[in-house]
Amino acid sequence: MTLTLQEVEHIAKLARLELSEEQKELYREQLSAILDYVAKLRELDTKDVPPTAGGGLPQMPLRTDEAHPSLATDALLSNAPKAEEEQFKIPPVFE
Amino acid sequence: MSNLTDLTLSEMRAGLDARKFSSRELVQAALDQIAKLDSSLHAFLHLDAESALEQADEADHHRQPDKPLHGIPIAIKDVLMIEGLPCTCGSKILEGFIAPYTATSVKRLKEAGAVIIGKTNMDEFAMGSSTENSAYGVTRNPWDSSRVPGGSSGGSAAAVAAHYVPVALGTDTGGSVRQPASLCGVTGLKTTYGRISRYGLVAFGSSLDTVGAFGRTAEDVATIFSIMAGRDEKDATSINQPVPQIKFDVDAVRGLKIGVPKEYFITGIQPEVEEKTRAAIEMLKNLGAEIREISLPHTEYALPVYYIIAPAEASANLARYDGIRYGPRADADNLWDVYFKTRGGKFGAEVARRIMIGTYALSAGYYDAYYGQAQKVRTLIKRDFESAFKDVDVIAAPTAPTTAFKIGEHVNDPLAMYLEDVFTLPASLAGVPGISFNVGFDKNNLPVGLQLIGSHFREDLLLRVTHAYQQVTDWHKKQPPL
Repeated sequence: MTLTLQEVEHIAKLARLELSEEQKELYREQLSAILDYVAKLRELDTKDVPPTAGGGLPQMPLRTDEAHPSLATDALLSNAPKAEEEQFKIPPVFE
Repeated sequence: MSNLTDLTLSEMRAGLDARKFSSRELVQAALDQIAKLDSSLHAFLHLDAESALEQADEADHHRQPDKPLHGIPIAIKDVLMIEGLPCTCGSKILEGFIAPYTATSVKRLKEAGAVIIGKTNMDEFAMGSSTENSAYGVTRNPWDSSRVPGGSSGGSAAAVAAHYVPVALGTDTGGSVRQPASLCGVTGLKTTYGRISRYGLVAFGSSLDTVGAFGRTAEDVATIFSIMAGRDEKDATSINQPVPQIKFDVDAVRGLKIGVPKEYFITGIQPEVEEKTRAAIEMLKNLGAEIREISLPHTEYALPVYYIIAPAEASANLARYDGIRYGPRADADNLWDVYFKTRGGKFGAEVARRIMIGTYALSAGYYDAYYGQAQKVRTLIKRDFESAFKDVDVIAAPTAPTTAFKIGEHVNDPLAMYLEDVFTLPASLAGVPGISFNVGFDKNNLPVGLQLIGSHFREDLLLRVTHAYQQVTDWHKKQPPL
């Protein structure tokens, strides 16, 4: 299959990736080739096969429900590009 | 005495206990080796020299022989967090990020006395098979500096191969420990899914990610594996499964049934790789194993399954890099543009490609055809292994179809690069453990790896077979021409 430029733009929008015109064309070719390759999976009849979800672990034990201290706010904020009064600072969301 | 950096972990342990040398001498020797070679090899992204020397002095002044790693220098892949140290995952989107806490796997090594000397290079977010996708420059293969070390844990594999450190941590999602171990001629263990806690491991493909280990011998790998393995309350996907005491003996292979899957000897495989792996299997036969040809019929589907499932999970996991909570933020006056410009500007090409493949495979109208079908075929691949392990104890096959390739050889052809993982992906999808170790060299003096695959939680068997092989051969003792 061959993706259109519009499809690449739509995927990039969903993924929140800004692409140059050059990148759009390159990814259009490369993603099309990869999607062609993975289409091989359609050869198989999987009507009665259950999916493997997660890593297929036999058991997932839960821990006891006890409160523990979590990481300190200032330690987590210290990596933020912008922070103010114990909060992440972002550009306006609403005009 | 030979160079201190040439010692294995167990030799370092014995020497420290006998007071033949100090931890400071070991750590200084590692730092000297790095200073001498790493401007060319580039295995490290961050060195923590000063703190490592302090930890070494502390280990010398307060000896604790009950701690198995006390005073031993170790390197960690830059995808595992260590409080107070950078953690970039080889990406510009985490440039300047300082880890606020320590991964459980690393914490356990530190509690056992390990001296962490630094963080090693990797393909960005562990996506790649050559370390060329690192945003901070490629790592070079110690056997030939014009070639790649494999990936994504190429920095850790090269650090062990170049005798910087006796052991190092990597992670394996589709082959990222086994394939660089093969290309660098060291021993690399991919553990069972759920065997080692992933708390503090930056997520790539959550149904596939595992923590693994590199060393020059199976014995050294076993030492750090046993320390890290086991349930961690901070990771709900870590399993409560007893960690066996691994007993090494020369008879480990006697009576063992080893399966050789015909689907792993395909056209396109480098002839010397087939020749050396078959010779190694013959050696295991001489040690008393019974060799059987087996079939894993869905092997050819592992690559397409992986390249849907891993990117799909990555597209979700990497949504968190939005320029808001950590990492650099692109200059923009509305939130939408912050996301677009930060992510578009800071993710490298392979990461962007995989995010887009994953986004597409999960998008409305395509989910069943791609992700749903891949999950079903994953079940068929798992069943192949379940049925094989009814008849055999261990599966033996090449680790990678080729020896180390040239830097730049596959960069413009993503599919050619993906084929590097064709023999490591099936075990990752099945969640079973695998190991790679050196079984000879091609005509260019590049190492060839043999891969052993075991059933769930049988790392002990893989390590014992590797150890037995290393008792009767000396490939693992060969040194790169540095």
